[in-house]
Amino acid sequence: MAAARGLTKLYRIGLHAIRQNTTLKATTFLQQRAFRLNGALRQQPFDSSAEKPQFPGASAEFIDHLEFIQPNVISGIPVYRVMDRQGQIINPSEDPKLPKEMVLNFYQKMTLLNTMDRILYESQRQGRISFYMTNYGEEGTHIGSAAALEPTDLVFGQYREAGVLMYRGFPLDLFMAQCYANADDLGKGRQMPVHYGSKDLNFVTISSPLATQIPQAAGAAYAVKRENLNRVVICYFGEGAASEGDAHAGFNFSATLECPLIFFCRNNGYAISTPTNEQYRGDGIAARGPGYGLMSIRVDGNDVFAVYNATKEARRRAVAENQPFLIEAMTYRIGHHSTSDDSSAYRSVDEVNYWDKQDHPISRLRHYMTRAWRKQSRKLVMEAFEKAEKRLKPNPELLFTDVYNEMIPPIAKQRDAMWRHVQQYKEHYPLDLYEK
Amino acid sequence: MAATRLFLRASPVKCSLTGLTGGVHSSLGSTLLKLSPACTAKPQAQRRHAAHFTFHPEPAPSQYESRATNPPLTFTGTEIEEQVFIADTHCMNVSAGPTQKMNLFQSVTSALDNTLAGDPTAVIFGEDVAFGGVFRCTVGLRDKYGKDRVFNTPLCEQGIVGFGIGAAAAGATAIAEIQFADYIYPAFDQIVNEAAKYRYRSGNMFDCGKLTIRAPWGCVGHGSIYHSQCPEAFFTHCPGIKIVVPRGPVQAKGLLLSCIADQNPCIFFEPKILYRAAVEQVPTEAYQIPLSQAEVLQEGSDLTLVAWGTQVHVLKEVAAMAQEKLGVSCELIDLRTILPWDTETVCKSVVKTGRLLISHEAPVTGGFAAEISSTVQEECFLNLEAPISRVCGYDTPFPHIFEPFYIPDKWKCFEAVKRMINY
Repeated sequence: MAAARGLTKLYRIGLHAIRQNTTLKATTFLQQRAFRLNGALRQQPFDSSAEKPQFPGASAEFIDHLEFIQPNVISGIPVYRVMDRQGQIINPSEDPKLPKEMVLNFYQKMTLLNTMDRILYESQRQGRISFYMTNYGEEGTHIGSAAALEPTDLVFGQYREAGVLMYRGFPLDLFMAQCYANADDLGKGRQMPVHYGSKDLNFVTISSPLATQIPQAAGAAYAVKRENLNRVVICYFGEGAASEGDAHAGFNFSATLECPLIFFCRNNGYAISTPTNEQYRGDGIAARGPGYGLMSIRVDGNDVFAVYNATKEARRRAVAENQPFLIEAMTYRIGHHSTSDDSSAYRSVDEVNYWDKQDHPISRLRHYMTRAWRKQSRKLVMEAFEKAEKRLKPNPELLFTDVYNEMIPPIAKQRDAMWRHVQQYKEHYPLDLYEK
Repeated sequence: MAATRLFLRASPVKCSLTGLTGGVHSSLGSTLLKLSPACTAKPQAQRRHAAHFTFHPEPAPSQYESRATNPPLTFTGTEIEEQVFIADTHCMNVSAGPTQKMNLFQSVTSALDNTLAGDPTAVIFGEDVAFGGVFRCTVGLRDKYGKDRVFNTPLCEQGIVGFGIGAAAAGATAIAEIQFADYIYPAFDQIVNEAAKYRYRSGNMFDCGKLTIRAPWGCVGHGSIYHSQCPEAFFTHCPGIKIVVPRGPVQAKGLLLSCIADQNPCIFFEPKILYRAAVEQVPTEAYQIPLSQAEVLQEGSDLTLVAWGTQVHVLKEVAAMAQEKLGVSCELIDLRTILPWDTETVCKSVVKTGRLLISHEAPVTGGFAAEISSTVQEECFLNLEAPISRVCGYDTPFPHIFEPFYIPDKWKCFEAVKRMINY
């Protein structure tokens, strides 16, 4: 009985230690047992004389009394942060002490993103573009994580990670071109706005179905591992997408196949109108990580330094140890889900205002910065905007290309039929807006 | 799903059409059967059905027709031949090299072996592929090429295909195995919404052309609802992928190597009933059979027969029956690539014969025969002497005990031929 109680106590200590310990030097009982140092997880050698359970499926002790494990959602996995809400460093040893120019760049990129969002959101309202999604409140998650990666690292996104692309240097012209689907769009005008992609910047083109990128990221990381070129793959998704089967698949594959991969979950409180308490009942997404065998951490997503530190360390270890990491960045979606949404239908203005005014990633960093940049960024965005608006749309030929690597006869036939039809009925088609 | 597969896994080696007993339990089981009075008599009705077709191996190819639109991965011919091969995009005859007797699963192994040998980025993955696979298609490959190249994945089809898409997009030749085509549906979203559209939606910046998905397909005598399906029709409605079905070992290896080399994501369905039943002399070196090219197996003047996979062999017999009993000369076409399909060959044939019969195991409604029929009537309307006939599975799930009644066997096809001739 005493032994059993001791065991339970040990278990609780272990669990507590995991929750407490955000640094990666933890050497608790549970962590030691659950995570191997390198290579394959070895199943314990079969030994029928031992008192320990010999099941291949788990390495554990026996317990002789019935006790259910209670999920802990009241005091869940703690949130790692470096700055408080007023931008003061809390624990100096955690300050990444980044060079001034780098911190300035963080601020500039976050505000540039914010400005671009304001203008493009408005442009949708004015009927200039068909659709838009803003990133308000989540700029810290984008910039902090992007800054911790190498330019060659491959990025798989969901749809609310424009800041990652911006940080890497995707020009305003190309953001606009994609939203306007004009002839400069790298995607050749085929997708709705905000479905960005860039081969040069290693940002895989986004798709609308949620979470589909998660198992893909695991596959890409596996291929990258075999190349052995010090590259990591990062995969962004929201807490809503984490409910999809593809998320489960991606987590499990990445762990069993030992992929150098960072899962970055933006937990922003809502999936369109669905709040987190209708999305899951466990302790968020970070708590699922250990279930798959993933190193996991929860961070303050509105603290760009915390995001930076966590991503940096995860990247270092993912490459060195060929194992996946799960970062759950807690944040808040200040804007509506998209231009097709009015979030006042499901949340209070007071709630939104709190985050906008009291706990915003840009504000928290602003305590390091001056205000002169704001005006200049607005000018830059407006210039790109006007240029994009005037640009023609791509040639309708591009409707038919890239379905396969080369044109095939049935599609060519349909293309020719379309042109014949449009020639005949040309007054009913807006040909003037498209490149010839 | 897992439980059923466990059952099948218990006797993978012994799985055959004619064996009644087999596997681990045979000795005890047959003893018990003998002891039970009710089971002493073995009524005719209890014996399992023989196959609904006969496989006739095609003679070993001495020369191979191959179109090098994509450079072959493992063409091990001479340097000179290889050079010409890559430069010329027309069909050319290449020497087939030494051959070896192989059944269909062995021809698949051979293709995979050639691929892993010649392409260091190639990886094969799926459920149970490491030990050799439930149909033995990957036997020996892990030992030969290493555990980082031939490996098991968790039991999750959407994960297998998603993982494959990502690996292909990152530059690896990814060959994913889905254990049965019946289980491909969880991966439907990844195939249709992601793989098929990857190139198009990214403006050709990204693609997963290096992805090939393989899956055992079609009726097998006892497969029932979830081990007999032919799901190609679900995917033919999806531009951006290619779908290929071979009729035998020589075809399988050449077509699979073409799929792997092709720069578009491909689904390769392998008729499981032919894994052991089909044996031919197959070239040991790599070779490709062009995609989107149907093959006229037998020329004829009165009626065109179109099928793919196992059903080609059924129609071969139907053609012989038609000639013998009705004096009707049939032209037999193996479609081979279902998407994009070779409309030219089929239409050219129907213009000549005026009659078309299409046959597939999959249910008739919405099956691919409907697409072929529709296109042919558009292109060859005035040439038609009779309505186009489709002899297919019924609009029911694939039944277990009723399989002999369900399948489009040679009698049903022969009857349809008679009706068309007498129209």
